[in-house]
Amino acid sequence: MQTYSALSLLRRAFGGHSSWQPHWRTPEPKPEYDAVIVGAGGHGLGTAYYLAKEHGMRNIAVIERGWLGGGNTGRNTTIIRSNYLFDESAGLYEHSVKLWESLSRELNYNVMYSPRGVMMLAHTIHDIQVFKRHVHANRANGVDNEWLTAEQAKEFCPPLNISPTLRYPVLGAALQRRGGTARHDAVAWGFARGADAMGVDIIQNCEVTGIRRAPNGAVTGVDTSRGFIGAKKVGVVAAGHTSVVMAMAGLRLPLESFPLQALVSEPVKPAFPCVVMSNTVHAYISQSDKGELVIGAGTDAYVSYSQRGGLHIPAHTLDAICELFPMFRRMRMLRNWGGIVDTTPDRSPIIAKTPVPGLYVNCGWGTGGFKATPGSAHVFAHTIARDEPHPINAPFTIERFRDGVMIDEAAAAAVAH
Amino acid sequence: MLLIDCPYCGKRPEIEFSYGGEAHIARPADPSALSDEEWATFLYVRTNPKGIHAERWRHSNGCGRFFNAVRDTVSDFFVTTYKSGEPRPDAKVGA
Ligand SMILES: Cc1cc2nc3c(=O)[nH]c(=O)nc-3n(C[C@H](O)[C@H](O)[C@H](O)COP(=O)(O)OP(=O)(O)OC[C@H]3O[C@@H](n4cnc5c(N)ncnc54)[C@H](O)[C@@H]3O)c2cc1C
Ligand SMILES: [Zn+2]
Repeated sequence: MQTYSALSLLRRAFGGHSSWQPHWRTPEPKPEYDAVIVGAGGHGLGTAYYLAKEHGMRNIAVIERGWLGGGNTGRNTTIIRSNYLFDESAGLYEHSVKLWESLSRELNYNVMYSPRGVMMLAHTIHDIQVFKRHVHANRANGVDNEWLTAEQAKEFCPPLNISPTLRYPVLGAALQRRGGTARHDAVAWGFARGADAMGVDIIQNCEVTGIRRAPNGAVTGVDTSRGFIGAKKVGVVAAGHTSVVMAMAGLRLPLESFPLQALVSEPVKPAFPCVVMSNTVHAYISQSDKGELVIGAGTDAYVSYSQRGGLHIPAHTLDAICELFPMFRRMRMLRNWGGIVDTTPDRSPIIAKTPVPGLYVNCGWGTGGFKATPGSAHVFAHTIARDEPHPINAPFTIERFRDGVMIDEAAAAAVAH
Repeated sequence: MLLIDCPYCGKRPEIEFSYGGEAHIARPADPSALSDEEWATFLYVRTNPKGIHAERWRHSNGCGRFFNAVRDTVSDFFVTTYKSGEPRPDAKVGA
């Protein structure tokens, strides 16, 4: 693997940058692997990376129906934070934020993690009470989060309109200073490059169409659009398509897939210093390094795999953006798109073994799994390699719905996160 | 925005409606006879298919009534709508 450093960039600049090699190979699938990961999003590629790096499993493949990073990893608004209410979630997301902090160095690849601060706006008395409860719970868990008055929020983010005459006035905010953004594609590419260098085969344009099992029920491999690929262990990380893939093994999960939309504006000079989220009025905004405003909208109401969604959803978000940030009223939007997010009833993920021996699943990240990419991948690799969960993901089982031990971030946040 | 054919009022824009999730999931007649597994399945497990889906809608900003629809979740195309209580029509993609 060619490594990046100031010196290597300079040296190759003299050669007109013509000596760089591709980041990863395009291998033919082998007949059999020790483990196969279904889905080359950030979570799947990261899982392969940590399987190879920390568990010495090198004879593994990641199988992707489209191109790597082309799912929700490449479609999301990249908000990273860990100020979730419950102990289980705080443990999982904080594990991830800690990995983000050193990920560029770990991968020798700039994932552009930018802890510029994530500010969540409170617009109602209920919001204030919920956010203050989060602030206290987070501090008890060693996760930074602080309460700001409306004036302090404006000081932190000058474009914010805190006029009391707003339809939903800003009454205060919760700020996680270590939260921020990262470059979505770079996360997929960095993990792919690192995994490939350790011998992991990344097989793109190859759709998994079946899961084969031995008479005793254990997994023996996957049928794909490029033929059968044997595997002792199969880890499914297929986001919005998880129900479809798990049905191939006869499993039904507590999941529903919905379109979630985002849009970006024309690029402008740096004008927006942080990330602002408003769950109450459904608006999520930051500015990318290219200068585009990156805006997240809400989910459409119905189950869909269309990666589109209705125009009234982003229009509603833009109403809120224009009211909260009047200086953006004349900005033009360049592109909008949708991704298909798999949601669980409690809005917490499932990272677990399944009733099928050798089959593992990492899903249910819904509207908010990008932030968890390295942490999720890290504990899922542990789960696959050891055939038992890491203590951090042990509560995130499928059985929690049967046993009534939900991790109810849905009730805690009341909306998308 | 989708146009949805309310069986009582006719075609109206999607924003007049609320989505009600997968259709034809009957509440068990005797819940206490169910195992925890069966009860969790009733409450939480959904088919979530890529393709034909029977689902409930309510014309909340119109006649206020519930009804069912068959929709293709790949294209979001509504194959048909029908009144609650009627059996699920046989539907094929693109029908
Ligand atoms: C518009 C939008 C905004 C978002 N904003 C945020 C945010 O600000 N912060 C945040 O934390 N999260 C956010 N999310 C959520 C986040 O994007 C996801 O939770 C996360 O990226 C999921 O990563 P993944 O690797 O599991 O999934 P993906 O990147 O979707 O990867 C799954 C892969 O599986 C592949 N696959 C599916 N079926 C098969 C098959 N049969 N065979 C082979 N391959 C298959 C897919 O092609 C896909 O590439 C957002 C999502 C969307 C859509
Ligand atoms: Zn009606």
